[in-house]
Amino acid sequence: MIEILQEYGKAYLWTDGYKITGVAMTLWLLIASLALGFVLAVPLSVARASANPWLRLPVWLFTYVFRGTPLYVQLLILYSGVYSLSFVQSQPLLNGFFREGINCAILAFGICSCAYTTEIFAGAIRAVPPGEVEAARVFGMTSLGVYRRIVLPSALRRALPAYGNEVILVLHATSIAFTATVPDILKIARDVNSATYAPFSAFGIAAVLYAAIAFTLVWLFRRIEARLLAFQRPQSTGRAA
Amino acid sequence: MFLNGYGPLVLAGLMMTLKLALLAMIGAFLLGLVGAGCKLSRSRGLRALGAGYTTVIRSVPDLVMMLLLFYSLQIWLNRLTDALGWAQIDIDPFSAGVITLAVIYGAYFTETFRGAFAAVHRGQIEAALAYGMPPWTLFRRVLFPQMMRHALPGIGNNWQVMIKATALVSLIGLNDLIKATQDAGKGSGQFFYFSILSALIFLALATVINLAVLLLERRFSAGTRRHAA
Repeated sequence: MIEILQEYGKAYLWTDGYKITGVAMTLWLLIASLALGFVLAVPLSVARASANPWLRLPVWLFTYVFRGTPLYVQLLILYSGVYSLSFVQSQPLLNGFFREGINCAILAFGICSCAYTTEIFAGAIRAVPPGEVEAARVFGMTSLGVYRRIVLPSALRRALPAYGNEVILVLHATSIAFTATVPDILKIARDVNSATYAPFSAFGIAAVLYAAIAFTLVWLFRRIEARLLAFQRPQSTGRAA
Repeated sequence: MFLNGYGPLVLAGLMMTLKLALLAMIGAFLLGLVGAGCKLSRSRGLRALGAGYTTVIRSVPDLVMMLLLFYSLQIWLNRLTDALGWAQIDIDPFSAGVITLAVIYGAYFTETFRGAFAAVHRGQIEAALAYGMPPWTLFRRVLFPQMMRHALPGIGNNWQVMIKATALVSLIGLNDLIKATQDAGKGSGQFFYFSILSALIFLALATVINLAVLLLERRFSAGTRRHAA
């Protein structure tokens, strides 16, 4: 255990001497996929919660398909499936993109996370009290203005607890990135296991690292929620009741 | 020809995935009941055990847990058989897959069942005790059916997550649907086609689970009134 930590500790945390590995790589995968998922999910969730079936149903189909199939299969489709298509290989830009495992991993995680995040945000948008929207209309706000200034700020705040769960799930999902040759925490653990035949230590260290990241994220979200959702807590008026 | 001649291979893979998912689901279901029993027990030791189990399993990615258990189970078993002086027992990848999936998702079922047991009205249990029901009858006729009513949405969700998690067992060497479709892709050079095929099969399985949960919900909510919402 001690020898493994001495020899591979650095690789588990940030680098194996040549490239970024371990925790640093896992965090990069997490942040890049979450950013991609979030940016796509905001407009899609508005469409998903829309009353217009031409907007709502295509987004429903998208989330149903991506939430109903394993992420590993989605990664395989992008990494080995798309790259095997001849028109992808003949185009330098697409060829360059899909040849790199990390691009495929971030794209797959981002799209899959987008599907879950869309449903979370759409649920929060539907839960915005109708009175708030009516009041904004009465003030003469345009539809875009209502979304930008009333619905989205309120819905995204209320979605925070569920979004926090989603972030942990994406963290866990990044562990399959090693199948696309991305040197994340689990890839290092597998290398250590094949070098030392000490699976409990090799994977145990990885498990502890993932758990530590997960607990830090839970703590972070609790702090953010305490701040942004302060309005939901019972408040003292400062006067004796 | 059926799927360019790879039909039988893909079907065998599908059967493997289904067999694994079904056995692991039964295992996880039972483990979940035991775990919820621990978490709701009066004994502090059992409560701590249940809390430790669910916290450890749920804070670590299932794939990491799967590899950890898969590679360590055999070593632990060898130590046990050595200590007892028995001959070595080899765990095949299938049993290892079932055990690891059951242990991992047992933790999720524990949480589902704990909440559902707690949601059963106390008066129901008191009434059953007042009728003189022995504990097992109370569990079977009062507690379990009402608990299931509250647990079903969570159970359905766990099933969905679990059937998708079985896709990972190909990484520990099982010839499941993923392995079969990847082999077919390799053999025919049509990776894209066969990967999409496996995705569609999983999507169909998810849809079947959705429908099954709907039917079960109807059955277990017999006698309750629906909200007019």
